[in-house]
Amino acid sequence: MKTENADIAVIGAGAAGLSASAVCARAGLRTLVIDREETPGGVLLQCIHNGFGLHYFHEELTGPEYAERLLEKARSAGVEFRMESAVMKLCDLGNEKELTVYSGADGVTVIRAKAVILAMGCRERSRGNLAIPGDRVAGVITAGLAQRFLNIDGFLPGSSAVIVGSGDIGLIMARRLTWCGIQVKAVVEILPYPSGLSRNIAQCLDDFHIPLRLSTTVTGIHGRDRVESIGIAPLVNGEPDLSREEIIPCDTVLFSVGLIPENELSRQCGVEINPSTNGAYVDGSLMTGVPGIFACGNVLHVHDLVDFVSEEAENCAANAVGYVKNGPPTMEKQLRTIAADNLSYVVPNACRRGVPTRFYMRPKVLCRRAELLVKKGDGTVLLRKKLQYVKPAEMITADLPAESTAGCPDTAELRFELRPEEEAKV
Amino acid sequence: MEKMENYDVAIIGAGVTGAATACTLSRYDLRIALLEKAADVGFGVSKANSGIVHAGFHYPLTTLKGRLEILGNLMFEKLQYELGFPFRRCGIVVAAFSEEEMKEVRKLYQRGLENHVPRIELCDRERMLHLEPKLSPEVMGGLYAPNGGVVEPYRYVFALTELAKLNGVELFTNCEIVRAERKNGLWELSDASGRLFLAKYVINAAGLYADEVSRIFGAEEFKIVPRKGEEFLLDRNSKAYPSKVIFPVPTGHSKGVLVIPTVEGTTMVGPTAEVVEDKQDTSTTRANFKQVFALAKKMVPAVSERELITSFSGSRPSMAGEDFLIEPSKKVPGLIHAAGIQSPGLTASPAIGGYIRDLLKEQGLELREKTNVVRSLPPMPAVRNMSPEEADLLHKDDPAWTRIVCRCESVSEAEIVNAIRKGHTTLDGIKFYTRAGMGRCQGGFCSYRIIKLIARETGMTPEEVTRRGRTGTILRGHIGAEETKNEN
Repeated sequence: MKTENADIAVIGAGAAGLSASAVCARAGLRTLVIDREETPGGVLLQCIHNGFGLHYFHEELTGPEYAERLLEKARSAGVEFRMESAVMKLCDLGNEKELTVYSGADGVTVIRAKAVILAMGCRERSRGNLAIPGDRVAGVITAGLAQRFLNIDGFLPGSSAVIVGSGDIGLIMARRLTWCGIQVKAVVEILPYPSGLSRNIAQCLDDFHIPLRLSTTVTGIHGRDRVESIGIAPLVNGEPDLSREEIIPCDTVLFSVGLIPENELSRQCGVEINPSTNGAYVDGSLMTGVPGIFACGNVLHVHDLVDFVSEEAENCAANAVGYVKNGPPTMEKQLRTIAADNLSYVVPNACRRGVPTRFYMRPKVLCRRAELLVKKGDGTVLLRKKLQYVKPAEMITADLPAESTAGCPDTAELRFELRPEEEAKV
Repeated sequence: MEKMENYDVAIIGAGVTGAATACTLSRYDLRIALLEKAADVGFGVSKANSGIVHAGFHYPLTTLKGRLEILGNLMFEKLQYELGFPFRRCGIVVAAFSEEEMKEVRKLYQRGLENHVPRIELCDRERMLHLEPKLSPEVMGGLYAPNGGVVEPYRYVFALTELAKLNGVELFTNCEIVRAERKNGLWELSDASGRLFLAKYVINAAGLYADEVSRIFGAEEFKIVPRKGEEFLLDRNSKAYPSKVIFPVPTGHSKGVLVIPTVEGTTMVGPTAEVVEDKQDTSTTRANFKQVFALAKKMVPAVSERELITSFSGSRPSMAGEDFLIEPSKKVPGLIHAAGIQSPGLTASPAIGGYIRDLLKEQGLELREKTNVVRSLPPMPAVRNMSPEEADLLHKDDPAWTRIVCRCESVSEAEIVNAIRKGHTTLDGIKFYTRAGMGRCQGGFCSYRIIKLIARETGMTPEEVTRRGRTGTILRGHIGAEETKNEN
């Protein structure tokens, strides 16, 4: 077995891994990026549509273009790539982390690094996770897999489709299938509002007259060898109203019902996972509970824009660089953050006093206007932010300047509250 | 007309019964054909089996299934040693939650004693919680049978078939027998695509279709009633994973909803038991999903719907009388039925093979043991069971050993290619053979790689690759294919 040393090992060469690794290498650290796929870029490579980069590059790019730019940054900074390589084991040895990496080219390599950045992204929730009733037939796949078949390999997944779930990949795929001559008969969403971005509803469904069926569930997928039809029915008090069941003939069902951070490796080496994000608990420097292991991007919490992933990853990498160069920070007590009223989570889960911090959070409610409040334990308001068109599909960000937390006692907590001010018209 | 193949024994159905029979008979100097209508072995009843090696306290020794269960149970260590399939004798507990249920448990205990179930034990609440800490504290008492176990049913069928093949058994898949005619003291069988097989003896091990096969031969009229069972599989991280198979107290014909620690580390809950009309019905329902979880949680509170990775169903081939029907046809010569093999069929299967061999001998088949019998399968290395050093060593022979295709279950390209070369060329076949696609992402990441490997190894186009045979292709064409056609 080969052995190799690095300052920082980044697991995953998607948007988060590329963005993070560029920062590490630019700081003069030997940075290795390890990824299972043949080429760096992650899921961006199959996202051939535009809409990426408006915040981060201030221009509209396609997924592969966005990936190309990140890759260029990383390469020119001196990042080394280990592609077609799977990290099978991650061990915390205290001052060092040990990664056991399998690849066809090199066999098994043991990499020792001073710090690790987790950037493994997420996987799609599948039909199986949801106990969708009906037959086990070919033609039922996740939207992302269909996207890969179509955009990387050019394979058509079917000839007529129904999409279950209105996540962004599903919406994008509704348009993509239509362009390929595959009839998309409906997008079915169990919630009373769509899960994807508004612009995707407009550009991918409305523009193509694809019906979006809200508050509707799947009663069954039917077929012998391949999908022949799908049954759907409106939800009434949480149960399908079978008197209004509708059978839609189709040969393909795509699932776009949510993403799950891929934290198997993290769990393996003792990183504690937050059940509300399915990502690691992280402190103000995006370091997990295991010192020297950091996390960013979709493995930390599922983002809706890649631009935020890049930004978070760069911030995370800067902290990892500091950790490697200056050694572990002295045990400072950080301010715990709490997602309170109408928020399902806040990342990070702690904040360093007197350090400017960006917070990401996910609202639980849909409203036209709302106010975000960040309070100290004693009720003092540290930040107020007016928000418009709040919805669970769109992440909220808030920046807390250094001075607002500088004087907080170390027992303080930060409470994040979302106050709806005007109801949304659904 | 096609060349007529001549066999001593033709076995219809390559499920656990057919495969075990083929494996047993393959030791003798016989020409044997194993005929399977699906694209791969074990794709019928066996595929959706709960994988329990039963302990032998459910049925009296007056029943054939009771006797074969006891015998079969004893044979698993030897079989595992020879065939290397995943098997663990983890023990079975039956959990009672009321005085009423305790009465039933005492009856089971008595039956267990009568059946000589080794070390069977009647337990109080404390003993139960000590044996199985995952049980609900509400448990009142129960039964413990240390000789029960779990096995991976499809891997068991694959292994039986492989050993049979090494000893000369010829396997034909996609081979549905549609006609049987008696000619010159032999049976002439033809399949749906016109292939012909001549056989002195035929074993009807057709599972759910044993009644239809019997009819084709003009033999006994009986009816196989599909009794469907739905199963729900939880992630390997589930906290519900028990150390023993947990049974409720049985009611009627069903042993009830179990909480099963599968050999490979996932937790399975199920099955339901519901008579259905359609033999091909493998659907799951919302109502049963709710019911199964409610029942499982009563026994093991840590069971959670949130950890579900997939659900599936299959039907048991039940018959009037509820016993196995393993006997020569009284109406036609040279046909032996092995029908109604529902639970505990998997447990009984090693014994069923021997039982059928003895029936054949009584019928006049000459059995001469071969001198060069292969008695065991070569080990089937799997990267997930190897140390990094071992994997690195294998890499020196073939780099595909450290090329990981299925990330959730850690399956290497070498294992998948091995499966394909052994004839498993559907996504489900590869999944059951290697576990690739069986983990938490359910093939979301690896399906496309496996499709490409199947295409590379077999010369099929990716569009021809199916989920489990017939018309169930995964892909339906290629961008620009229409245009290419038009240009030509």
